[in-house]
Amino acid sequence: MRRASKKRLTGRMRNVYIGLVFFFLYIPIALVIVYSFNTSKMNILFEGVTAHWYADMVRNRALMDSLKNTLIIAVLSTAASTVIGTLGAVGLSKYDFIGKKLLNKLLYIPVVIPEIVLGIALLCVYSAVRMTLGIATITLSHITFCIPFVIISVRARLAGMDKSLEEASMDLGAGRVRTFVSIILPLLLPGVFSGAVLSFCLSLDDIIISFFTSGPTSTTLPMKVFSMVKTGVTPEVNALFTVIMLCTIGIIAVNTGVQLRKMKSNK
Amino acid sequence: MKTRLKIKSIVPRLTMTGPVAGWMILFVVIPFTYIFVISFMNRGTYGGVELGFTLQNYANIFDAKYLMIFLNSILLAAVTTALCILIAYPFTYFIAQKTAVTKTVFVSMVMIPFTVSSLVRIYSWINLLRKDGIINNLLMSLRVIDEPLQMIYNNFGVIVGMVYTLIPFMILPLYSSIEKLDKSMLEAGNDLGAKPARAFATITLPLTAPGIFAGAIMVFIPTLGYFFITDMLGGSKIMMIGNLIRNQFVTAKNWPFGAALSIFLIVLTLAALWVYERIGGDLEDLGGMR
Repeated sequence: MRRASKKRLTGRMRNVYIGLVFFFLYIPIALVIVYSFNTSKMNILFEGVTAHWYADMVRNRALMDSLKNTLIIAVLSTAASTVIGTLGAVGLSKYDFIGKKLLNKLLYIPVVIPEIVLGIALLCVYSAVRMTLGIATITLSHITFCIPFVIISVRARLAGMDKSLEEASMDLGAGRVRTFVSIILPLLLPGVFSGAVLSFCLSLDDIIISFFTSGPTSTTLPMKVFSMVKTGVTPEVNALFTVIMLCTIGIIAVNTGVQLRKMKSNK
Repeated sequence: MKTRLKIKSIVPRLTMTGPVAGWMILFVVIPFTYIFVISFMNRGTYGGVELGFTLQNYANIFDAKYLMIFLNSILLAAVTTALCILIAYPFTYFIAQKTAVTKTVFVSMVMIPFTVSSLVRIYSWINLLRKDGIINNLLMSLRVIDEPLQMIYNNFGVIVGMVYTLIPFMILPLYSSIEKLDKSMLEAGNDLGAKPARAFATITLPLTAPGIFAGAIMVFIPTLGYFFITDMLGGSKIMMIGNLIRNQFVTAKNWPFGAALSIFLIVLTLAALWVYERIGGDLEDLGGMR
């Protein structure tokens, strides 16, 4: 009897602890949402509900321009790193060549070395070859740190793949390209997809690499927010991030849904 | 005939591994080699570099002023890592005991806040922690305190921001190692009469150590370079290695010294990774999460 009630008590304490950590994780984003509807411009007291920051947000040219830059960079770097990373992951698993071990080690550099080092290293090279800092340099830099993450997530998928399907396809006369497109790629798709989502999120949120590789006319959204910190972030920014938050939660939901469906069909 | 065969096997090799190899050489090998070279050069008058060879940039690192910054950075990173382990371990352990569905939901709930811009979330912490902020207002109206607490523009604020930003990188590797934990080992320990505390210390903790180590690396190393968190929550008073490097490129315009500091940071990172591999960590465990 006593043992059972003691067990229930520890169970409840565990749930309270889980709840407290989630509270810690969620309170800052809850504040962003709450302040986006606040009539007061000051982010302290809640004075009343309004939606006019959402209208102001759309009219704010500088903010919308930085959003446009951020999206262009994120789409381009996701596309490029997904293609390069997927081909690379398949190639690295299929073939042996000189320097393969070294290449595998190199791929960890952008993952484990602090981002600031990659940022300044790229800045130095761009300035040495006299490239103007702008959307192009940011995109090239983002592709660099996204490729390893695509490779890691595609590789996780490759590890569980049945090699005999590929051999069967080749035996039946399909060429390499045909086999890649109609056999390998569909099997790898979930890994490719999650690599792409990860790249998109990393690019969207990057501040450190963009800080060093962006120019005055190519401000990204995180850079814009960073420049506003001293004077205070306006409610329009909270409104914008509330919208972005809804989109990313949508992407996560789709991603989870795809994986759940895949899990079901595998059963 | 033979050469034809060779070409046939070279083309797919090149189209698959060529782009990634080329990209890594152009954007990782060359830039890192370049800053290594720059770190031995002289500073240019208006930023940039002047040709030459000097060891002065490395000698400058050992200035007492900079050594204090390194020491403070390592200390802050160590405290951040320790707090992440202390908060995340019980949290992850309790979650791992739940049913499969609850587990999946909880783990994705951990990820959701981290899809929101880290800058915006750190800014929320400014609103929470500052002198006229939410926490101080709340505590004063509840009459818990008479004077507002100084929770920002000091080490406390920086640590809160770092722990908040980096805790998922502790939770994820911990989760995968606790998930893998063989329950039968614990049952065996229990059957043999081990008390829960003893079972935890001799079975659970050693078996989940790889997750702790991987998490510690994923938290400790980025903390050294996240200059924007120190800027926002530490004000101008707190300097970490990341801020020092940034300043060489933005305000001080001393690129060679900044490059030397970066090489120093790489060495520090490699040392941390060496320790990690030495105590049995696997580099592969570091990839999947960030």
